[in-house]
Amino acid sequence: MHTTQLSGTRIREKRIELGLRQAALAAAVGISPSYLNLIEHNRRRIGGKLMSALASELGVDAATLSEGADSHLLDQLRAAADLIGDKAEVTRAEELATRFPGWSELITLQARRLAVLEGRVQALSDRMAHDPFLATALHDVISAVTAIRSTAAILVGQEQIDADWQRRFHENIHTDSLRLGKSSEALIAYLEAPDDASQSPETPMGQVDAYLAQNSYHLPALENDDADLPEVVARSGLTGAAAVLLAGVCKQYADDARALPMAPFAQACLQLGYDPARLSAKFGVDFATVLRRLPSLPPGMGHPPMGLAVCDASGALLYLKPVPGFAMPVTGGACSLWPLFSALSRPSQPLRSMAVLPGPVALPLLCYAIAVPITQHQFDMPPVLRSYMLVLPGPSEDAAQPVPVGVSCRICPRADCTSRREPAIIGLSTL
Amino acid sequence: MGKRVLLIEDEPNIIEAICFILSRDGWTVHTHEDGQSAMAKVLALPPDMIILDVMLPGRSGFDILRELRSTDVTKDIPVMMLTARGQEKDRELALRLGATHFMTKPFSNSEVRDYVRAMMDA
Repeated sequence: MHTTQLSGTRIREKRIELGLRQAALAAAVGISPSYLNLIEHNRRRIGGKLMSALASELGVDAATLSEGADSHLLDQLRAAADLIGDKAEVTRAEELATRFPGWSELITLQARRLAVLEGRVQALSDRMAHDPFLATALHDVISAVTAIRSTAAILVGQEQIDADWQRRFHENIHTDSLRLGKSSEALIAYLEAPDDASQSPETPMGQVDAYLAQNSYHLPALENDDADLPEVVARSGLTGAAAVLLAGVCKQYADDARALPMAPFAQACLQLGYDPARLSAKFGVDFATVLRRLPSLPPGMGHPPMGLAVCDASGALLYLKPVPGFAMPVTGGACSLWPLFSALSRPSQPLRSMAVLPGPVALPLLCYAIAVPITQHQFDMPPVLRSYMLVLPGPSEDAAQPVPVGVSCRICPRADCTSRREPAIIGLSTL
Repeated sequence: MGKRVLLIEDEPNIIEAICFILSRDGWTVHTHEDGQSAMAKVLALPPDMIILDVMLPGRSGFDILRELRSTDVTKDIPVMMLTARGQEKDRELALRLGATHFMTKPFSNSEVRDYVRAMMDA
């Protein structure tokens, strides 16, 4: 058994702890004090008999003196050190971990906690950027505050203001303060509202969503012809209704994978610019299958982000793969202007259009949609329809004017929308 | 007559306050509230300086700024962007698109007045 870099340090600490003089310990094991001094300062590596003798004199197991710091802990310490660039003494990480394991654990714990919190901050920041209601609500609040602050500063300034202007500014402050109150109440109500229940992992659909999101909506186990669906569902850990829902999703995924094998499909996507119509023609596969297959392209291969929404004839959302800049409420009440719903009035007719959500920095979204019957035709029975909408964020080469859509009327700032079902909870005065 | 400032902003009480401050400081202030027709207003004047809100009805301030900078007669007009969104990426976008200055709401009157003076006297 040979010493690690820090065995000497441990020998020294143990000796001091026992109140032994260096010369006494050296004599006890038959070496000179100067040699022990070199060992204790990690300048000589020892092993075998000498290590056993020292351990025996110190009343500890030799392994205790020889063991290095936990390699996992060292890795985490080095990762934590990366947070501050080259300021940390990375070469002395083992010394730190060995001498102060508790503090080292604390450092790594804090680094992990920091990473989690940074992730949350990023998620909230994304929400600020992509949640049109939140952006509009905050804009309303800050606009009112700005007007009040600016107007009040004029009134309390040194300059003389004639009576008419004073009266106008007082009225403006009054109006803005009322608006600020309403906007703040609406904002608080929105922020305090429980999350969309269907997105909660507690619901079966939420559990399936979470499982698919964890797998980046790409399921390699279902890409082969001999895919074992029950095995995939079992491995997901989902049970009950969630397992039933996932089984349906997996069956559809496996069917689509057989119709459009991944390797040639991914290659064709690159060649044909992800155009579903051209892909449909190339593979002789129906348009809806292509719309479902595109969002399952593997992540990290340079494919653009693609969202997918699926609904039934009532407009109830059955599946949603979100992408940045694209959102729909899963519990219903979505904006009726999405092509997903327009497609229901024209079954089997593929649609292509640009859409844009409200907000100052909202990206246009290229949408492809089609509604198709999923049952055999029967006399006197309406077909059961499914509507599919593929969403690609970002401007299209087609400069068509995007259709202004929203997330849901309740949180939509588009006051003059002819499709509005109910007033928004903010900006009521403008409706 | 003082130099012309065009304020493109859709909040009437902010418009009134800024107009009052700048008018008292000797500038001739024109206002416009709609994003869609803002470029036409700029071309009709054109102003010596523009104060441009980001979040406008009809068209975003960023889009207007992009067009201002790609149009010969407007590309050199100083533009101060106003926004309620203080995120760094908005500031970076504004400056990348050619904004001369970026001010986050709520601002102080003296900030606006001092910056307009600096721009007009430059």
